[in-house]
Amino acid sequence: MKFYRISALIERDLRKFFRSPALMMASMVFPLVQLIVLGYAFGGKIKGATIAFVDEDHSVESRRVREMFVGISAGAQTFRVVDYDSLPRAVDDLRAGFVRGVIDVPLDFSRRYYQRDRPRIAFTEDNTDQVMASALLERIQQMVSELNTPDVSPRLDSQVQLNVVEVYPYVEYAKYLLAGSTAMAIFIVAMIGGGITFIDDKSRGLHEGYLLTPIHKTELVLGLIGAGAFKGLLAGMALTIIGGLLVGIPRLWDPVRLFYLTLVVLVASLAMISLMFLAMVRVDDPLVPRAIFGVLNTLLFFPSGAISPIEGFPPWLRWLSFIDPFTYTVHALRNLTVKNTGIEGIYRDVIILSCFAAVMIAGSIALFKRQI
Amino acid sequence: MDAIEVDHLTKKFGDLVAVNDISFSVARGEIFGLLGPNGAGKTTLIRMMTTLTPPSSGTARIGEHDIVKDADGVRHVLGVIPQAFTSDPELTARENMLIHAKLYGVPSDKRAGLINELLESVDLLKFRDSLVRTFSGGMRRRLEIARGLIHSPEILFLDEPTTGLDPVSRTNVWEMIRTLRSKSDLTILITTHYMDEADKLCDRIAIVDHGKLAALDTPERLKDSIPGTDVVEAEFVNAPPDWLDQLRALAQVVSVTQRDETVHVSSHDGPSTVAALMDLARSSKVTVKKVLVQSTTLDDVFLHYTGRELRDAAAHGAGYDISHLYK
Repeated sequence: MKFYRISALIERDLRKFFRSPALMMASMVFPLVQLIVLGYAFGGKIKGATIAFVDEDHSVESRRVREMFVGISAGAQTFRVVDYDSLPRAVDDLRAGFVRGVIDVPLDFSRRYYQRDRPRIAFTEDNTDQVMASALLERIQQMVSELNTPDVSPRLDSQVQLNVVEVYPYVEYAKYLLAGSTAMAIFIVAMIGGGITFIDDKSRGLHEGYLLTPIHKTELVLGLIGAGAFKGLLAGMALTIIGGLLVGIPRLWDPVRLFYLTLVVLVASLAMISLMFLAMVRVDDPLVPRAIFGVLNTLLFFPSGAISPIEGFPPWLRWLSFIDPFTYTVHALRNLTVKNTGIEGIYRDVIILSCFAAVMIAGSIALFKRQI
Repeated sequence: MDAIEVDHLTKKFGDLVAVNDISFSVARGEIFGLLGPNGAGKTTLIRMMTTLTPPSSGTARIGEHDIVKDADGVRHVLGVIPQAFTSDPELTARENMLIHAKLYGVPSDKRAGLINELLESVDLLKFRDSLVRTFSGGMRRRLEIARGLIHSPEILFLDEPTTGLDPVSRTNVWEMIRTLRSKSDLTILITTHYMDEADKLCDRIAIVDHGKLAALDTPERLKDSIPGTDVVEAEFVNAPPDWLDQLRALAQVVSVTQRDETVHVSSHDGPSTVAALMDLARSSKVTVKKVLVQSTTLDDVFLHYTGRELRDAAAHGAGYDISHLYK
């Protein structure tokens, strides 16, 4: 095996890559748009949800409950309270989507309160929107707990309290999504540079020119994969830095972190481009990579935990995420961008991605036909 | 030792025999032509000889290397200009040359000088930094010929080098091939379906049809090998049923055949045959619509050895039955 032949192919691809910014732009635009739109559309704290408040009791205690709701709406601004005089009308508006929940203080609330007979408040939720429903429910349960807090605390309190310790400062969803967007940029380079361009070059006869030279098939495969991995590295790092600045990743320029990011993006690029190469090694029809682009994107991106935790997946989807190189890319990149871990947070992913790439490359070399 | 020795090469694709037991040899420094219509098996033969396609049986020696046992050695001594353009349109002429120089392991200190020299020889030096996508077909073909010579090969294969080129570009390519030949002892093998190209360029010509070698000799000997030195082509109106027999009876006439409206008369003396033919037509009250006399061409040679004209063979896909491919 001669390295100068491998480097000649890498040089060829990089000359074309730097000459035309189209591939770089194409690989950056979609993940950046996704990061900005999806990142800020999902996962933000809910604010300003309209809650209908129906006071059927009209008592001092029911007004105290209402004031508490209004206080929250003025503070955390999770919701804003709109008074309704009729429970059926409030529920109708909930069904119609004009309000997001209905708080009902029933007629016997104050009587039960004074009789110490478990006074009740009803919360009617629109459970078609689980995100909104659970956010409102959490806030309202907090508020009810505060209502139940005795005015005078007992000297010895046997109630168990949960103290929550957050290891990291609050992480916005856009920061959480950055790892997935970077993986997506690498994937697009792999798909365009390793899949579409490879088949296009083959169908245009360019490969015949190389097959006529003394290059060995191992050198040819390594050259093409090496060039793709380098392009993936450039796109991945560019997106990490631009995306990191956009979503506000702190201390992004830490040299050690940048080194680890480069390492992860490089092995991820190698894994994805070699996966794509193996998938395309016997394909001749230029339409095939274009046709399977969307399918592969869905199969690789969504099961990876890029947008939601893998623990929420059904078992079959967990298996898919287990064999998906995106999963380990996202995990390692998220550890570096959101948690700023050291090598201890990424070494397993780096090893798995490297082994994955080695298997894909070996398969590609075995299946590559040097003859026409 | 000959530069190329082809030994009973055969290539089958399922039931289709694309190349059928072909053997020939090419001497060092010779320009050798493979002449045949599209689909005759020329490109398959070239692909086997350049190690792109494995033969079904038989073998060939290129230089000192066997195409089956030492494919890598073959690739080192061969320069190949395939039928389709294989230069990268997104790279410049110089970059295309540079990448190939590296693939062939041309020493770095010699690359720049060699590239300039070769681009100069094909009159592309002033376009060295232009993207190949801006080149005309002729320029691109010339670039590919220069690229094929980057590693100083012993043998150059050109697969239909002028197909799709305009007449001026064709002439330029011919001139280049002649220059190459005059400046070195390069062995050149050309495939073509242009008779004039084979006639003008080649020392020897092999006629290939239906995957078989139909004839092989110098252009002159091939022309001499068929009966008659001239061909008279004529069209008649009101010819009687025995008209062809009457023509065959004329002095100097060797053979008479008819294809569509045109009658082909092979003769040892074209002008005297035309005079006799006109007299016969006048006396028989047959109108002569068209008459043309010309020396024997490779077209006539091809017609003689294959029983059909090259342009017909090309138009009919060389007569292969490919219906099985659609079952």
